[in-house]
Amino acid sequence: MGRIVAGIGTSHVPSIGGAYDRGKTATEAWKPLFDAYVPVREWLKELKPDVCIMVYNDHGADFFFDKYPTFAIGCADSYAIADEGFGVRPLPPIRGDLEFSQHLCRSLVYDEFDITICQEMAVEHGFLVPMHLCFDPQENGWPVASIPVEVNVLQHPLPTARRCLRLGQAIRRAVDSYEKDIKVAIIGTGGMSHQLTGTNFGAMNEEEDLKFLDRLEDDPESLAGMTHQTMMEKYGVEGIELIMWLVMRGAMSGKAKRVHRNYYAPMTTGMGLITLAEEA
Amino acid sequence: MQQLTPGIRIQGSEVFDLATSWRGLRINKMCNALSQAGNREAFQSDEEAFMSAWNLTEQEKQLVRERDFPGLLAAGGNIYFLLKLGVVTSNGLYKMGAKMRGETYEQFLATRNNAGAT
Repeated sequence: MGRIVAGIGTSHVPSIGGAYDRGKTATEAWKPLFDAYVPVREWLKELKPDVCIMVYNDHGADFFFDKYPTFAIGCADSYAIADEGFGVRPLPPIRGDLEFSQHLCRSLVYDEFDITICQEMAVEHGFLVPMHLCFDPQENGWPVASIPVEVNVLQHPLPTARRCLRLGQAIRRAVDSYEKDIKVAIIGTGGMSHQLTGTNFGAMNEEEDLKFLDRLEDDPESLAGMTHQTMMEKYGVEGIELIMWLVMRGAMSGKAKRVHRNYYAPMTTGMGLITLAEEA
Repeated sequence: MQQLTPGIRIQGSEVFDLATSWRGLRINKMCNALSQAGNREAFQSDEEAFMSAWNLTEQEKQLVRERDFPGLLAAGGNIYFLLKLGVVTSNGLYKMGAKMRGETYEQFLATRNNAGAT
């Protein structure tokens, strides 16, 4: 049987990728962000997940508004690294787990989640930044196989916060019903507060971000009940990405306990981190 | 359950919805093409020909010529697609944002908690 061993919520701000590629992780400005992930990587090394389900959104790297899925899931043995408009980042290719992906897609569709199934998918910063924050690439690639789960957070109508929580619950049922003994980590990415257009460009809301972290841990139901409008008023128009953290939370049990937490807001996005573990 | 009042502005900004997306389809489609290196070179070597090839209207072309990012947003451009236009015209997110706020880049950086994290 499959088993979820770790749930992580993390920001996926693209500038983190730039700092990583340019070797700036130890600078005064970036240290408070990167240092927080050192114990997370150690923790994941001990947990040794076989598969990482990465819940992220594409920012126009591989999906376009000609046909725009609400939920899209990778169902392939590998995923290319996308050119987002500035070249391809020097990262190892992403290994998939085809058999588990096929099971996940079957299980979700029969569980009435009508996802778009992708046998070719190129991933970008929404996926890659959390990947290199949580895992160290090795000579032969990444230490886990990955399943990209892409969510529309760009073009309203978006899936509701509650729908995202329920998708997480359905993902858990899929993991639980998998016949192989695999350990799964699930990462919900994006946010936290940010506003990238208009005269209020750069607005953040630390107070609401910290409350979100509290409630994600103790009372996710209260977050799932918020409308997009309420969420955007608190977290900014682009902060609506936080609905993807609810997919992760839905996949974890009510008894899951927090292990790590961090918050840093240097520029234009609240960069949050939370990790949850299931009771042994 | 209603999630969003159509046409509402949040913190002064438009929300990218189906009406915006339809309005901005040509701009966003052209920007999307800039994910390919060959198209970035084509844009930089002949911007006018590139815009014509992507069927931009005269008004949309003028917004691109003037690097008017607030104008492009109002015309339906999506910020994440406009960032690709930013790459080929040397207008990063923070430069765009400073303009949206009516500030110089330096003034904008001075408002940040730690401007070293760019």
